[in-house]
Amino acid sequence: MTEALRVFLVDDHAMFRAGVKAELSRQDATTAVEVVGEASTVPDAIAQIAALVPDVVLLDVHMPDGGGRAVLDAVRRTHPQVTFLALSVSDAAEDVIGLIRAGARGYVTKTISPEELTAAIRRVADGDAVFSPRLAGFVLDAFAARPDTPVADPELDLLTNREREVLRLLARGYAYKEIAKELFISIKTVETHVSNVLRKLQMSNRYELSRWAADRRLV
Amino acid sequence: MVGGYPPCDDRTTTDRGGPISQPLAQPRRLYRRLDDRFLAGVASGIAVHLNIKPVYVRTAFVVLLGLQGMGAILYVAFWAVLPVEPLPAAPDGTHPRRPPRRDLAKLLPFVAIGIGVLVIQSLLGWGGVNSALGWLVAVVALGAGIIWHQTAPSRRRSGGTGPPWLGAVFAEGDRRTSLVIRFLSGAVVVAIGVIALVAVFSPLSKSGFRSIMNGALLALLGVGAVALVAAPMLWRIFGQLRNEREARIREQARAELAAIVHDQVLHTLALIQRSAGDTKAVQRLARGQERTLRNWLYKPTGSPTELFGAAIEEVAAEVEDAYAIAVETVVVGDRAVDEPVAALVAASREALVNAARHAKVETVSLYAEVEPELVSVFVRDRGTGFDPSTVEDNRHGVRGSIVGRMDRYGGRAEIRSEPGEGTEIRLYLPVDRTGDSSP
Repeated sequence: MTEALRVFLVDDHAMFRAGVKAELSRQDATTAVEVVGEASTVPDAIAQIAALVPDVVLLDVHMPDGGGRAVLDAVRRTHPQVTFLALSVSDAAEDVIGLIRAGARGYVTKTISPEELTAAIRRVADGDAVFSPRLAGFVLDAFAARPDTPVADPELDLLTNREREVLRLLARGYAYKEIAKELFISIKTVETHVSNVLRKLQMSNRYELSRWAADRRLV
Repeated sequence: MVGGYPPCDDRTTTDRGGPISQPLAQPRRLYRRLDDRFLAGVASGIAVHLNIKPVYVRTAFVVLLGLQGMGAILYVAFWAVLPVEPLPAAPDGTHPRRPPRRDLAKLLPFVAIGIGVLVIQSLLGWGGVNSALGWLVAVVALGAGIIWHQTAPSRRRSGGTGPPWLGAVFAEGDRRTSLVIRFLSGAVVVAIGVIALVAVFSPLSKSGFRSIMNGALLALLGVGAVALVAAPMLWRIFGQLRNEREARIREQARAELAAIVHDQVLHTLALIQRSAGDTKAVQRLARGQERTLRNWLYKPTGSPTELFGAAIEEVAAEVEDAYAIAVETVVVGDRAVDEPVAALVAASREALVNAARHAKVETVSLYAEVEPELVSVFVRDRGTGFDPSTVEDNRHGVRGSIVGRMDRYGGRAEIRSEPGEGTEIRLYLPVDRTGDSSP
């Protein structure tokens, strides 16, 4: 790891921004993450992200004026190279699924430890996905094999057995390394599976996913 | 219109007064009593007010019929303006009980007396035009009364902002149709009464039917003109009332939130400040409060005695509270709780307690999944771990409460642990599809 990742913080709670900033700067140099800017409002965030073009944006879900979703919508198209990691206190399915479908590469809750947060930032910056155990649970629930569910596109609307196993282990609190060991596959393969699940989560038109997103008028 | 005041304006005082201030200060009011009624409860209400037997009042009304229908006029007028006596609440305190049905058999004697009075009257030759006057006025009052009464008291709670009959306009949903019908029928009754009055008392011989129709037409035009002038004002009042109701709903939501914040959040914050030195206690308090708020925000889906998911969440919450650890709970799918599933929940609780006691960690992962033929629970910690082969049989928690319990219900328990690597307890319970309640 040669240079520090440039991270931008979007959250309307100043206390929380200060806390995250302090935690990230305390990490050792090998996993260095540099907070290059922060914003507390949606318009401010859109302007600053466009100007700074950070590697990763830590995005709060609930904010006035449209929340994280509004920022994603405004910046995703113009700056596709910026990756987003959603960060929220909410564990509600519609929040989680909604943000992922809007383009976030991952979702973690605000109770995450500083080390895990740094690792998650690194992972999304590398193009991988980050699933909290709860998000993995939601996905398993949403993609559950139900006999009465119409499957329009098997490639997108169904999970493979392997993907299911990986998600289960994620939900059980396993780290990627442990999952790899448990399933006798490489960490890289685990990452591929999770990225595939993320893609299905974003592209699939399964009813449950659309419903969750629609509950918050996110689609 | 017979009465000049809104029949239910007393509600505002009782609503504000609350239960304590009511009993002595209330002036005695005249009500219609629905629980002791022959027709509309007017007579019995007056009787209660005057402290005499209802039968006297009823007889008086019937006898007064003879005076050019005076009894009918009075009765209808009272019916139109008197508020219904508030019914005492049912024993369970939720719904006021329904008034008993009218007893037609009891009504019969009074009908007989009434007919008798009328017959005597006609025999004596008191009938004719003057007698008809009384009856027609009664008809008009009846129509007015129908219109008045359809404005349900609950619709008028906002007090004197608008005339009470406006309530008809504000009523919502399925009530609206029936209200419109009542309004129209009331109006028709009034119109018939008025036209009949005109017909009876205008000198028929000269202008005949045509003049009556002309008069009615003119009256209609007048009413239309007044309506045209008044409409914008009425519309404005309507808007105001709607805004008021919305504000009241918002106020209720705010009050509920305030209650939560006051009863729980502020209380917890105070406790946290008092035990600021004790990290464990602070964590426990914060965690418990977080759970309460989450439950309130995202209403739980079922009761722990009925649904597996809710039962698992409850068990996790108990362990969190008791041992000041965080349990990361993820539940996929759901099903009804039966005896084996309840045993699985109990075994999961034991596994959580085990991790909380021995693993020396702050977070334990709990994952539960309901599949059509299998329910599995995984409890994982990254704590000290132990060598399962060295655990003696006296570790009752693991042997009896977990392994034994799962065996009894045809399930199995696996314990995976290595010193320094943490522990995972895996519980599997085969189930049949019948109890599956996942959608």
